[in-house]
Amino acid sequence: MTASPEAIVVNGLTRDFRGFVAVDNISFQVRAGENFGFLGPNGAGKTTTVKMLCTLLRPSGGNAQVAGCDIVREQSQVRKSIGIIFQDPSLDDRLTARENLRFHGIIYKVPGKELPERIDQSLEWMELADRADDLVRTFSGGMKRRLEIARGLLHLPKILFLDEPTLGLDPQTRNRIWEYLLRLRKDTNITLFLTTHYMDEAEHCDRIAIIDHGKIIALDTPQALKAQVRGDVIDLQTGDDALTEKELVAQHGIAVWGDSQGLHFEVPNGAQFIPKLVRELTAEVIAVSTRRPTLDDVFLKLTGREIRDDSPSARDQMKSRLQRIGRRWR
Amino acid sequence: MEIIDFSCIYMVWLRDTIRYFREKSQLYGSIARPILWLFVLGMGLRGSYRHTGDFSYTQFIFPGIVAMTIIFTSIQSAISIIWDREFGFLKEILVAPVPRTSIAIGKALSGTTLSLIQGSIILLLSPLVQVHFPLLHLLPILAVMGILSFTLTGIGIVIAARMTSFQGFGTIMNFVIMPMWFLSGAMFPPTGLPRWLNLLIRGNPLTYGVDLLRWLILGFSYYTPWFGLILLMIFGSVVTFAAVFFFNRGEY
Repeated sequence: MTASPEAIVVNGLTRDFRGFVAVDNISFQVRAGENFGFLGPNGAGKTTTVKMLCTLLRPSGGNAQVAGCDIVREQSQVRKSIGIIFQDPSLDDRLTARENLRFHGIIYKVPGKELPERIDQSLEWMELADRADDLVRTFSGGMKRRLEIARGLLHLPKILFLDEPTLGLDPQTRNRIWEYLLRLRKDTNITLFLTTHYMDEAEHCDRIAIIDHGKIIALDTPQALKAQVRGDVIDLQTGDDALTEKELVAQHGIAVWGDSQGLHFEVPNGAQFIPKLVRELTAEVIAVSTRRPTLDDVFLKLTGREIRDDSPSARDQMKSRLQRIGRRWR
Repeated sequence: MEIIDFSCIYMVWLRDTIRYFREKSQLYGSIARPILWLFVLGMGLRGSYRHTGDFSYTQFIFPGIVAMTIIFTSIQSAISIIWDREFGFLKEILVAPVPRTSIAIGKALSGTTLSLIQGSIILLLSPLVQVHFPLLHLLPILAVMGILSFTLTGIGIVIAARMTSFQGFGTIMNFVIMPMWFLSGAMFPPTGLPRWLNLLIRGNPLTYGVDLLRWLILGFSYYTPWFGLILLMIFGSVVTFAAVFFFNRGEY
C-alpha cells in the first residue's frame, strides 16, 4: 500500500449497463479524514459509483484507488479497509443484534479474543447495548440503521461508505443518525463517503460532488456551491398556485418550481420584487417571503430540475410486497 | 484470495444452523410431512400393493420417505439464498473480503447438516413401521444420506443462483422437486413399468440414492449398489462444481 493523503482517488470511472451509461467518466479525490458527500437525484449514478468503489461492480472504464489499493486488482485489500452501509437493509432480522455483529467479526477475521469486547463497544457507541440480545426484527428503522453503522465499524475500517444512510427514516431519526456520524468523525479519523439526495444532509459534508445523469456537474464546499446562486429565492403561497405559476411564467419568464410548501423562484432582488408581485397577481397572496439560496436552489440552477423525494419506485413497491409475503411464508 | 476460507464457511454454516433451531415451525413442518406420507398414505395404500416383495407397502416406502425428507430440506435450505438476496443479507456476505466459493461451500454444508438432522429423525421412526436394520448399517446409511444431502443442496444452490425472484419457487417445486421425487422409485417399485417411465426413472440420479438406502435399510435393491454409489458420487461432484460456478457468476 502506498502512503498517500488521499483516501480515494478516482480517474475517469465509467460504468454502462448494456448501452445505458450510469456513471460517465467521473474523476475526483477524497482526502483522508474528510467527510465527502455525493449529492444527486435518484438514478443519477450515486449507488453505481459506491458499488464500484466497494468492488461489488466492475467498472467498464477508468480506475480508482481506495485506501491506496486498486478496486479491480486488489479487491480483497480494498474490502478489508472499508466499511459499508447499504441503501437497503442488509441485516439478518432473525438473528439478534449481537449475532449480526459476531458474524460480521468472524468473516472480517476480527481476532476471537478481541471480538466480544469490540461488539460491546460498538453497541455501546450506537446506544444499542440494552437491546443487544433482542432479535433485529423487533427493531425500529432507526435502530436497524444504527446497528448497521455499528457493524460497518466493527473491523475498524479506514473508510466508511454510506449509501443514502437516512433514506426512509423520519426527520427526528435522521437527525439522530447524523449526530452519531458527526461524533464518529470527531472521535476517530475515519473518512466518510456518503451519498444522499437530501440537501440539508449534504450541508454536513466538508465537500460535495453534485452528480446528475452520471456526471459530476459541481464539486466544492457547501458554502462555495451556495455562492453560485447570486440572487434571492422567493417562497410564495397563493389561493390558486396553478394560476399564479402560469402568470409568473407568462409575465416574467421566471422558472417556477412548486412543492407542498407552495411556489419558489429566483429573482435578483427579493425585497424589491415582492410589492410588485402582490400587485400583479390575480389570486390572493397567502404568504410570501424571500431568503438566501440553499443547496436545493443550487441544484435547480445547475440542472434546471429539482431534486425530488420521489414516490417509491415500482421496484421498491415490489420489494415491500415481497417482504410482507416473506413474513407469512418463512 | 484463496478459495477456501474456513471462518467464512463456519459463519455461513453457523448462521443457518442457529436460524433452523430458532424457527421451530420449519422443523415441525418438515417432520409432519413425512409422517403424513408414511402413516396416512402408506397405511392407506398398503392393501392395494402386492408388488413389493416380502415387504409391506409402509416398509417399502420407508427409505423413500427418508430420501423425501432430505430432498425437501436440502432444496429449501439452499433456496434461502434467494431470501437472503431479497432481504439484503447476502450483500453483507458478498462484500466481505471472502471468496464466494467458500460462501457456496458453507451453504452446501449447512444444507447437508440440516438434512441429516431431519433425515435422522425419520430414521428414528423405523420401529413404528416394523423396519429393522442392522446397527452396523447406521454409519453407511448416514454416509449415503450425507452424499445425497450435499448433492441436493448443490442443485438448490444452482437453482437459487439462476433464479431472480422467489416467484419461480412454485415452478421449481412442480418441475424439479416433485418429478425428481416421483421418478426415484421411492413410492412404487421400478419394475413392470412402461418403457418411457422406466427410462426416466433410470435417468434420475436420485433413484440410485433411494436404491442405496433401500439396500442398507431393507436389505434388497433393484440396481447394483456399488454402481449406484459411483454414479451418485460422480453426479454429486458435477453438481458441486456447477453450484460453485453459478454462485460465483451470479450478479447480486
